[in-house]
Amino acid sequence: MSEESIISLKNVNKWFGDFHVLQDVNLEVKKKERIVVCGPSGSGKSTMIRCINRLEEHQEGSIVVDGIELTGNLKNIDNVRKEVGMVFQQFNLFPHLSVKENITLAPIWVKKLPKAEAEELAMRQLEIVKIPEQANKYPGQLSGGQQQRVAIARSLAMNPNIMLFDEPTSALDPEMIKEVLDVMVDLANGGMTMIVVTHEMGFAKTVADRMVFMDEGKIVEEASPDKFFNNPESDRTKLFLSQILHQ
Amino acid sequence: MNEMNEVRKPPVATTGIIGWLRINLFFNWTNSLITLFVIYCLYHFIPWILDWTIFSADFKYNFLGEQITNQEMCSRNLDPENGGACWAVIYVRFYQFIYGFYPKVEVWRVNVAYVMLALALLPLLYANLPYRKYFLYFTYIFPVIAYFLLNGGFGFAEVSTNKWGGLLVTLVLGCTGIALAFPIGIMLALGRRSKLPVISMMCTLFIEFIRGVPLITLLFFGMVMLPLFLPEGIDMDGLVRVLVAVTLFQSAYMAEVIRGGLQAIPPGQYEAAKSLGMSYWRMNLLIILPQAIRISIPPIVNTSIGLFKDTTLVIIVGILDLLGIGRGTLADTNWLGLSYEIYFFVSLVFFIFTFGMSRYSLYLEKKLKTGINMGAD
Repeated sequence: MSEESIISLKNVNKWFGDFHVLQDVNLEVKKKERIVVCGPSGSGKSTMIRCINRLEEHQEGSIVVDGIELTGNLKNIDNVRKEVGMVFQQFNLFPHLSVKENITLAPIWVKKLPKAEAEELAMRQLEIVKIPEQANKYPGQLSGGQQQRVAIARSLAMNPNIMLFDEPTSALDPEMIKEVLDVMVDLANGGMTMIVVTHEMGFAKTVADRMVFMDEGKIVEEASPDKFFNNPESDRTKLFLSQILHQ
Repeated sequence: MNEMNEVRKPPVATTGIIGWLRINLFFNWTNSLITLFVIYCLYHFIPWILDWTIFSADFKYNFLGEQITNQEMCSRNLDPENGGACWAVIYVRFYQFIYGFYPKVEVWRVNVAYVMLALALLPLLYANLPYRKYFLYFTYIFPVIAYFLLNGGFGFAEVSTNKWGGLLVTLVLGCTGIALAFPIGIMLALGRRSKLPVISMMCTLFIEFIRGVPLITLLFFGMVMLPLFLPEGIDMDGLVRVLVAVTLFQSAYMAEVIRGGLQAIPPGQYEAAKSLGMSYWRMNLLIILPQAIRISIPPIVNTSIGLFKDTTLVIIVGILDLLGIGRGTLADTNWLGLSYEIYFFVSLVFFIFTFGMSRYSLYLEKKLKTGINMGAD
């Protein structure tokens, strides 16, 4: 099983000061697998996926992404980041650059793509997220949903094998959530390996291959969506689901 | 339907010139009284200042029609009741004010440098300049050209810097100080925020030390102590020593200004850049610094204007800048007592340059603001 894993976390531990935020986390993700991570706030879900592209450092255990182990080695970190795209809760678009420049920047400077090629690539990505007409605007002129779709396009332009989503719809108005989720469903259907931290249970039911439930820094339950939603094992999961589904 | 289409106009008294006057100058009784008082003061002051500086002033000849060669011939000294300013002192000493004691035969080189400076500034002032790219290349190599042009070399006779003076010294110190301090300040600011403790500590120490010391002390340090650190036999030019001191001083201030801008950048910007695989330098050059510098434009221009004026302190170590030449002229028995004219002229020249910088900063802010909503989500 671990041989075909594209992401492998083994006994990962991390502390913020004295706070033990990740406790012996083990997670294997296969190629093209779609994982949805959920859990109450402060449970360590964001920290876990931020460790996968080393925005956070883990202190114990091992994380291997696409055969590269994440250590202090900067070269390895750079290589992993080229493989792994990330979408943030707050979009984090570059406000001083136009939408098109946001997308072409990394392909031009990191992948050394010629400018014309990068722009063509950017337009293709904008088609995929369905906002090619916004190419020359600045992020500040777009709605939240549009900004998040640009952020997805920006990540995709680096042609990653893995996409990490850190609560991509939590900062959006309700009517914009769908447009972002639609793009993510398309991406999942296209065969992208995805780890999504989200509370959108409808999305989880449609696309997830596996659900991961975290609480207090530990993975409490890992199951198929069917089992997870209809027949969860742990009481903690039951409590969480009852709260999130009956609100 | 018709009524719906009718556009209701705002009340007449709140728009146009009358509206502006009402709102800004005559809004209530106190407001109106202050307005009238200010008008009264201006009514007395403006004719007086115009009369003194222009209508009753001597430019080259006094009221008897003689060419003025010393202060006794000024109209205001011959006839204290009627004379205005005696600008003849500026006219006679103009060469020194602009070039210092630069040899007359070689002065064309300074003039060429002045013209080149204007050309070098052109692409910075006009974003829509045709062939702007090539002008910018010229801007980058201008300091090198100017150095050989002014100092000598490449077939030009050497003109020792102790012959430089006046506006030439002011501009050389101001421009070099500002231009060099900018990149050094950026490096210091990044260094101070570095995660590597050695680099961060060194930058912090440097900044705090330089900032904690008055510029005059640094100038003395440059003049007296810098030569002690140099290997024997190498003599550093006096102006260069002062330049080193001025640049160090300015870079410490610039570093703190830019650090302020860096602190305003949300951590998400760093994370997004990193997650796209950007290295530390790319992230800073392409993402972080463009935003940080944009935020810092007002304080950057503020410290730059401060430095431009602070260059007058070099008089303390015996270098004659614009103000230094003015004070020298005042000490001349021929021109004793013309301090109004000389200080007025020196202030005016400084004002023209600093006001230009201030307008430039406003222009930059406006230009860079278009379409960008910083910090919005």
